[in-house]
Amino acid sequence: MASDQARMLEAARAEHLWPRPPLWMMALATTGGVALLAFPFIFQTSFSHHTMILILMYALMAQSWNVVAGFSGQISLGHAIFFGIGAYSSTVLFAKYGVTPWAGLLVGMLISTLAAIAIGVPTLRLRGHYFAIATLLIGSSVQIVFQRWDWVGAASGLYVPINRTSPWFYLQFHTSKVPYYYLALAAAAAGYFLVWKLRRSRFGFRLQALRDEPDAAASLGIAIARHKVMAFMISGAMMSVAGSLYGQYVLVLDPERLFSAEISIIVLLMTVLGGSGTLWGPALGAAILVPLSEFSRIWFGGTGRTLDLIIYGILIMLVCMWRPSGILSLLEERVRRRARPAP
Amino acid sequence: MHVLVNRLTTWGRARAMSRDLIIQAIVSGLLMGLIYAQVAVGLSLIFGLMEIVNFAHGEFLMLAMFTAFWLWALAGLDPLLSLPLVAAMLAVAGMLVHYGLIARLLKAPMLAQVCGTFGLAIALRAGAQFLWTPDFRTISNPWIAGRVQIGAIFIGQPQLVAGAICLLSFVVLWLFVTRTETGLGLQATAQDRQAAEVLGIATERMSALGWAIGLACVGVAGTMLSTFFYIFPDVGVSFALLAFVTVALGGFGSILGSLVAGLLIGLVESLGGLLLDPSYKTLIVFALYLGVVIVRPNGLFGRF
Repeated sequence: MASDQARMLEAARAEHLWPRPPLWMMALATTGGVALLAFPFIFQTSFSHHTMILILMYALMAQSWNVVAGFSGQISLGHAIFFGIGAYSSTVLFAKYGVTPWAGLLVGMLISTLAAIAIGVPTLRLRGHYFAIATLLIGSSVQIVFQRWDWVGAASGLYVPINRTSPWFYLQFHTSKVPYYYLALAAAAAGYFLVWKLRRSRFGFRLQALRDEPDAAASLGIAIARHKVMAFMISGAMMSVAGSLYGQYVLVLDPERLFSAEISIIVLLMTVLGGSGTLWGPALGAAILVPLSEFSRIWFGGTGRTLDLIIYGILIMLVCMWRPSGILSLLEERVRRRARPAP
Repeated sequence: MHVLVNRLTTWGRARAMSRDLIIQAIVSGLLMGLIYAQVAVGLSLIFGLMEIVNFAHGEFLMLAMFTAFWLWALAGLDPLLSLPLVAAMLAVAGMLVHYGLIARLLKAPMLAQVCGTFGLAIALRAGAQFLWTPDFRTISNPWIAGRVQIGAIFIGQPQLVAGAICLLSFVVLWLFVTRTETGLGLQATAQDRQAAEVLGIATERMSALGWAIGLACVGVAGTMLSTFFYIFPDVGVSFALLAFVTVALGGFGSILGSLVAGLLIGLVESLGGLLLDPSYKTLIVFALYLGVVIVRPNGLFGRF
């Protein structure tokens, strides 16, 4: 099995599918990693920390969406379900039973995985638009249920009880945003590492095969339905982690916001903007859209008017019309052109 | 003894009342269903022509409602008078959307098509919020107001007129699509684009026409809805969800299917709200969608 995989990778390398990264790219990656680690000390304002935390969380959420849509080709419009489940799991367990949010985070991942099975098994068989609309409706239904469910606070939601005794145990930090930053960074890094490995694994190759050529993949013996459900499970668990962290970060759970279709759609827009099916596309999309919305909130603060969504909408239309493969592919093309000058 | 009689009469009265309530729910459900069908038929037409789901459909409904509102507020036009105007404006908007956005998305992957219309939806909704604030507005003294009483049930006159106009526009659309040469061209394009092109039908122009008609239908629905419903930037969202359900039930691309499915959904929603908790009525409709789509993936009246 392992040697099999090594052989596949070797073959792929020979075909230039996975070229060994050039030295400058490795240098860039190292610099980027160091910059991310040092960020809170270079920029010390609370606003820059907040923006960066949101970028990292959205990068993780967009990547989670990317696992389903970018790799298995199913467009989910209900990913906020898993985000909400993550936030509610950690908060309900902590607020009602005093369980540490760390355990709640794991429970949330488990529940999200189960929810992904429950939703995915019947709906992932549906073709294209039918699946998209089904997830949109399920997402909206879950929101309605949580808004009516008294045990979890119904429409008014839940508060994370404040406990200042042991910040790392209770996963809440009241004096600084820096610990949240590193938590978000760790979660995002873990998610991206997972997807990086996934893309090069047998499972990942199969997913991409059934996305591009479902009939050919099926005739090669790939169990399409099972693979799609598994991708959906992984994606749900990733989204749930972001939800738990977000809940601990804002300390207020509002079902109106957590389960909103807006969240499902924003992760989609980020991924498509950056480049769906790529590793770094979702992060790029998050890095563009989050600051846009944070700055717009400052400029128009309090008026209830936001310009960010108008810009989002126009930006995404332009990308879909001129660059359906995303902004990242534009950069890649430039790099490739520079690396290999025209003969 | 008289306790029993007493109880029996109250039981009888309750039964009579609940019978009236059910009839009431059926009538108002059907009237609302006509609006749902009117919103959905445009979506269905567009999908039938080019396999694109217009995720901005609800936002065009919102735009139609606001157009009717501003024509009333600024020019003093009653929605009944502004109806043709709003429909024409929405038709022009449909042309613009087709040539400006959709024509460029036709060859793109499905994900880009979904995102393209989603982007349009987000920009339109945020734009409306930016220009007109999230406030709820109403058209306060339309020509048609009040309600009529038939037996024990009450029907709001605006709803009645709205239902009648939606039904009328359905008939017109049906006659247009089945009885005119252009309509047959539309049908041919929906059935087989390449073959239609070989036969000399300008399929590109048919698509643009489909968008114009589709959004004109939304214009009619929005104008009529504005006479009895709140007008605000997010108003399209719930109607769009119901329109997706309607189109999926009726089968993408089927005009008659939209009508039947719209009526069915109006009925299920209003009866479900009466018999179960009203707050769960949308859940029942969504469950209906999931049930039908999983059992019959091409809708109740799907072509294959």
